[in-house]
Amino acid sequence: MPTVHRVLARTLTHALVGLETRRVEVEAHLENGVPGFAIVGLADRACQEAKHRVRSGIASAELDWPIRRITVNLAPAALRKEGSAFDLPIALAILAASGQIPRDSLDDHAAVGELALDGRLRPVGGVLALAEAALEAGLPRLLCAARSSPEAALAGIDPVPVRHLADAVAYLRGERVPEPWVPRNGHRAEPPALDLADLRGQERARRALEIVATGGHNLLLAGPPGTGKTMLARRLPGILPPLSSAEAIEVTRIHSVAGMLAAERPLVTARPLRSPHYSASVAALVGGGPGPKPGEVSLAHRGVLVLDEFAEFQRPALEALRQPLEDGVVSIARVGGRAVFPARFQLVAAMNLCPCGARGDPAADCKCSPQRLSAFRDKLSRALLDRFDLVVAMPRPRAAELAAPPGEPSEPVRHRVAAARERLDVARAEWTKEATELLDLAVERLPLSGRGRARARRVAETIAALASEPAVGAEHLSEALAYRSPTELGAP
Amino acid sequence: MSELALAAFAAETGSHVVRAPRDRTFRVFARGFDEAAYLGRLQSEGVRWVARSAPEFPPLLRAIHDPPPGLFLRGDADADLLQRAAVAVVGARSCSPYGAQIARMIGRDLGRAGLVVVSGLARGIDGEAHRGALESGAGTVGVLGCGIDRDYPAAHRELAARIRATGLTVSEYAPGVEPAPWRFPARNRIIAGLSAATVVVEARDRSGALITADLALEEGREVFAVPGEITSALSSGTNDLLKLGAIPLTRSADVLDVFGLTSLETEAVELGSVAEEVLARLGDGPASADELARATGLDAGTLASALTELELAGCAVAGGGVYRAN
Repeated sequence: MPTVHRVLARTLTHALVGLETRRVEVEAHLENGVPGFAIVGLADRACQEAKHRVRSGIASAELDWPIRRITVNLAPAALRKEGSAFDLPIALAILAASGQIPRDSLDDHAAVGELALDGRLRPVGGVLALAEAALEAGLPRLLCAARSSPEAALAGIDPVPVRHLADAVAYLRGERVPEPWVPRNGHRAEPPALDLADLRGQERARRALEIVATGGHNLLLAGPPGTGKTMLARRLPGILPPLSSAEAIEVTRIHSVAGMLAAERPLVTARPLRSPHYSASVAALVGGGPGPKPGEVSLAHRGVLVLDEFAEFQRPALEALRQPLEDGVVSIARVGGRAVFPARFQLVAAMNLCPCGARGDPAADCKCSPQRLSAFRDKLSRALLDRFDLVVAMPRPRAAELAAPPGEPSEPVRHRVAAARERLDVARAEWTKEATELLDLAVERLPLSGRGRARARRVAETIAALASEPAVGAEHLSEALAYRSPTELGAP
Repeated sequence: MSELALAAFAAETGSHVVRAPRDRTFRVFARGFDEAAYLGRLQSEGVRWVARSAPEFPPLLRAIHDPPPGLFLRGDADADLLQRAAVAVVGARSCSPYGAQIARMIGRDLGRAGLVVVSGLARGIDGEAHRGALESGAGTVGVLGCGIDRDYPAAHRELAARIRATGLTVSEYAPGVEPAPWRFPARNRIIAGLSAATVVVEARDRSGALITADLALEEGREVFAVPGEITSALSSGTNDLLKLGAIPLTRSADVLDVFGLTSLETEAVELGSVAEEVLARLGDGPASADELARATGLDAGTLASALTELELAGCAVAGGGVYRAN
């Protein structure tokens, strides 16, 4: 046992609370007494188990495990610590306290990562957010798993790619600098987005999709099964403009915290498309859990959330969507604090017109009882239906339509959308006198609520932008009115 | 012995009574019945009572073989409304969009021509017929199969309130009577009894609307049936009625002819040329927006605009993703 002079050492890292980070100091203290190892500072189960990983990791790196009484403190003590990302900082603090690495070498480094029993370093989620936090805290370098290093580099920090605990020790002793990580198979390209050319017929629904892409509206597709509702919904990301670099970082941060980032593609560049199954719980949709994790609405941030079989979702899950749809963020309150996740997504929902699915299908006879039908409609509260700017019924196409040539591909649609989006950004459209009069007439003659009126206005402005008209005309508004929710869905 | 006592007794015992029973239970009840107090309670609930023997009791209903002891009324209209020429419009609760459209159209046209639309306030055809009549601004009569104080079905609470604003809801049952399946055929005899003619819009085999039609036939009233597709289960009842000799209804004026009324000309609407073209296509039968787009060669946006123009002008209606000429 070498003589130990320094008995206290410290590593800096950060803990994730939702997407936000809190600075955590990992202190290791060695003292004489009965040998033992304790971690204090509100560490959860996975964090407590770090003891075993750290001990094996240090042994596997052929370093000495100090035979002394070891206390590791994760400060601030009041913040709940979760997960395995503290393994590396704990190991480094112990090694520094026992004089195996120079203590001041840790000064301008943050560290994060999970140790394997053989001393290798495994990637953890949220590295982008943690790297940003480290940089902000004035730490220019981040020790992290080699596979996480491209992700950390996105934050502008200088990542130290650590493959094994021994690498980190050698680096900190100033013996050698680890090699940068290069994916074995090169960077994988994003899979190409689905193309609209696959879809035959359904002109109205295609048109609605183009409007939705331009104005950022939410779309509800209603019709019998097998009419292409899902196919159409999944093709929305393909006609949206690409993510800006700031948006890409936002999306990457969320996906990283959710642990969904592929090392080969550290930056998410394609608009996300999420389509959770209808059995999804409230927490799965909007986020939650003890250490709040982003839900589907946040994973679809800056992208598209497709809810197939919309009416089959649990009522509480549907109602929970209202806040993110309105505010663009989800805030989750937990005992440990609040987590706020961005959730600015476009919703495309698809549903049948009745529980048995036969409504809107000329070849089938709807067998739903009036009670069942009204229960089905009651599930979609008016407040929720009001969030859809466009509702499009997709009846079953006749055979002749399916034999039609393939529809217009996504490429030209994307260009039209991009051009119209620019026009929308420049200035709000004027309203012609005819359009204003028509709106008054429509409110009088159609079942059109106050919200419905506002939606029709917004959609009409988008349509005018698509037509590259400076003012909203009657024809734009009347088209917008054709996409209002049908009375059979029980909402004006 | 008052008819009100009969109605109160029926409510008390949960039975259906049209003539005074000759048993002891009723004699004891009738002796203890305080008519003035009962009427006072009714009044406080906003319910009126028209006894069978009263002059304002509708004569057509009195003429059926088992008229109710009287009618409870709720609504802002006068009891005179029940004296006016009335037509029953009835049909399936789970109707097709086509049926709903026709029921509403008939309700509106009859109301506009000055007839009173009588129906059962049920979901589907009944509700649409009432809504059509309300659109025309005419008073309409909803006949309940439960106590006059109940809004049944609950989904039609708002509709019932709108009916009462210009018309009446009526029932032979005193406040507090629960809806029960056997009361609805009895309710149907009142619908048929109040009306000089009965129109069945859509009915499956063994539909309650067919009971109304049978009762109307028994009393020698006119029965109209709206022809439907022969393959649709929703039209099998009405098509059978036609086979049995009901008058096929192909336009609302068919009913008006029976009453010697002429339909009021609706003012001509001005349509754009594109809308005219689309309307001409709709004349060939209902079509989805995409079918119309292919038939007319219009792009989806222009077509949507034209279809809204037609809807606003009342020339077309949408339902189940399909547009129909109106």
